[in-house]
Amino acid sequence: MSKAALEKLQATFGDAILETHSDCGDDTALVKAESWKPICEFLRKDPQLDFDYLVDLCGVDYPERAAQKQRIEVVLHLCSIGKRHRLRLKARVGSGEDEELEGAEIDSVTSIWPGANWFERETYDMLGVTFRGHPDMRRILMYPEFVGHPLLKTYPAQRTQPLVAYRTEEEAGVPLEKQAPFGDDEGLAFPRNDHDRDAEDPRTKLNPHKTEAI
Amino acid sequence: MSEVVLDASEQGFATTRLEDLLGWARKYSLFMYPFVTACCGMEFMSLTGPRFDLSRFGAEAPRFSPRQSDLLWVVGTISQRQAPVLRRIYEQMMDPKWVLAFGTCASCGGFYDNYTTVPGIDKIIKCDVYVPGCPPRPEAVLDGLMLIQDKIASGDRRPRTVKPREDPAELLPAGRRLNVLKEPPPKRFSTKEDA
Repeated sequence: MSKAALEKLQATFGDAILETHSDCGDDTALVKAESWKPICEFLRKDPQLDFDYLVDLCGVDYPERAAQKQRIEVVLHLCSIGKRHRLRLKARVGSGEDEELEGAEIDSVTSIWPGANWFERETYDMLGVTFRGHPDMRRILMYPEFVGHPLLKTYPAQRTQPLVAYRTEEEAGVPLEKQAPFGDDEGLAFPRNDHDRDAEDPRTKLNPHKTEAI
Repeated sequence: MSEVVLDASEQGFATTRLEDLLGWARKYSLFMYPFVTACCGMEFMSLTGPRFDLSRFGAEAPRFSPRQSDLLWVVGTISQRQAPVLRRIYEQMMDPKWVLAFGTCASCGGFYDNYTTVPGIDKIIKCDVYVPGCPPRPEAVLDGLMLIQDKIASGDRRPRTVKPREDPAELLPAGRRLNVLKEPPPKRFSTKEDA
C-alpha cells in the first residue's frame, strides 16, 4: 500500500525526493533536508496517507560522507494506524571532519507530531543535530556539563567525563585495583580492552584515578 | 577479631571488649538503604522476599532515608549522571556505615565500558564488599551480607569480594581459555529416538 505513498510523494515533490526503495517491504524515501518539513506536513495531512503516528526519529553518523555535506542521516519512521501502512523517511545534513559538526540543522517536526519532541532532543544529544523550531532544544540523556556528542563515530570510545572526581588511592587508603574476579583479567583467560586500537592515543586514554577536563 | 563475643561465666556476668560488643550489636541490626538503579533490583526483591528472606540475617528493615540507615546497597549500574546523587546519599549516612556493591555493574561497571557509566562505585565512594554476578544469585548476595557482618564484627574495613564457590579460572592451566567443551554435555532427558 505505501508504495503508493512513495509514488504520491514523488508526484507531489518531484526533485525533492532523491531516492526511494522498497526492500523487504520497507518503503524508504531519501529526501532533501530543505523539504523535510513540507513533506512531513503533507504526509500527516493528506487524507489518503494519513501518517498519524510517529514511531521513531533518530540519526546515524557517516563520517565518510562529510565532504558531501551529508554526514548525519536523520531517520524518521512513520505509521498510519487507520490506513495500516508505514514509511521511512531520511535526510542527510551536516559536514565536519572531527567532532565539530557544521550545518547539522534540520526543521523540527514537533509541530506536526508532538511526540517528536523527545526524539529530537535525543538526536541532538547523541549526534549534535539541531532542530530548527523545536520548543526546548537541549540535552535529554546526558548531563548539561557533557561536552560533545557521544554517538558520533569520532567520539573516542574510551573518553569519560565524570561529574564526580574519581578517588585517588591516597584518598581511599586502599588499593583501588580490585581482586579477582574484578582485577584486570576479571578471571578471564584473555585480557580486557584488547579491542581498543586507540589505546596509545593520549586523548582516548582512560585514567581511572584522574579526572581530565576535556 | 574474637569469634565469641560474649563469654558468660558461671558467676552470671560476662566480660568482653567494648568494640566487640558494639560490632556484635551492629552486625545483627543493619538498617539498609537500597539504592536500586537497574535490573539487579529484581534479584534484590527476591532476596528480601520470603524465599531467600534477608530478615534472617538481621537486615530486615529498609530505610528510605540515608540518615537512618547504616548499610548502603548499590544495586545496579551507576551512570555518570547519577554519580553525584550516590555520592550525596553516601555522605548523608551517619557513621558507622558500610557499602555493598551488588552485581558486576556496581562493582566495576560491567560490560558498560563507555562514556556513560561509572566503572565501579569505588571510584566515587568507599566500598566494603563486592558481589560479582550479572545479576548475582541470591546465595552470593547472602554470602556478601555475611561477609559484611564478619567485617563489622572484626572492625576490618578492607574491601572484599565474594568469591565464587568454585572459581573456574583457577581450575584451568595457564593460558587455557574457558568455555571449551571437549565432549557434548550429557543429555538430561530421554527423547523419542532413545526409546
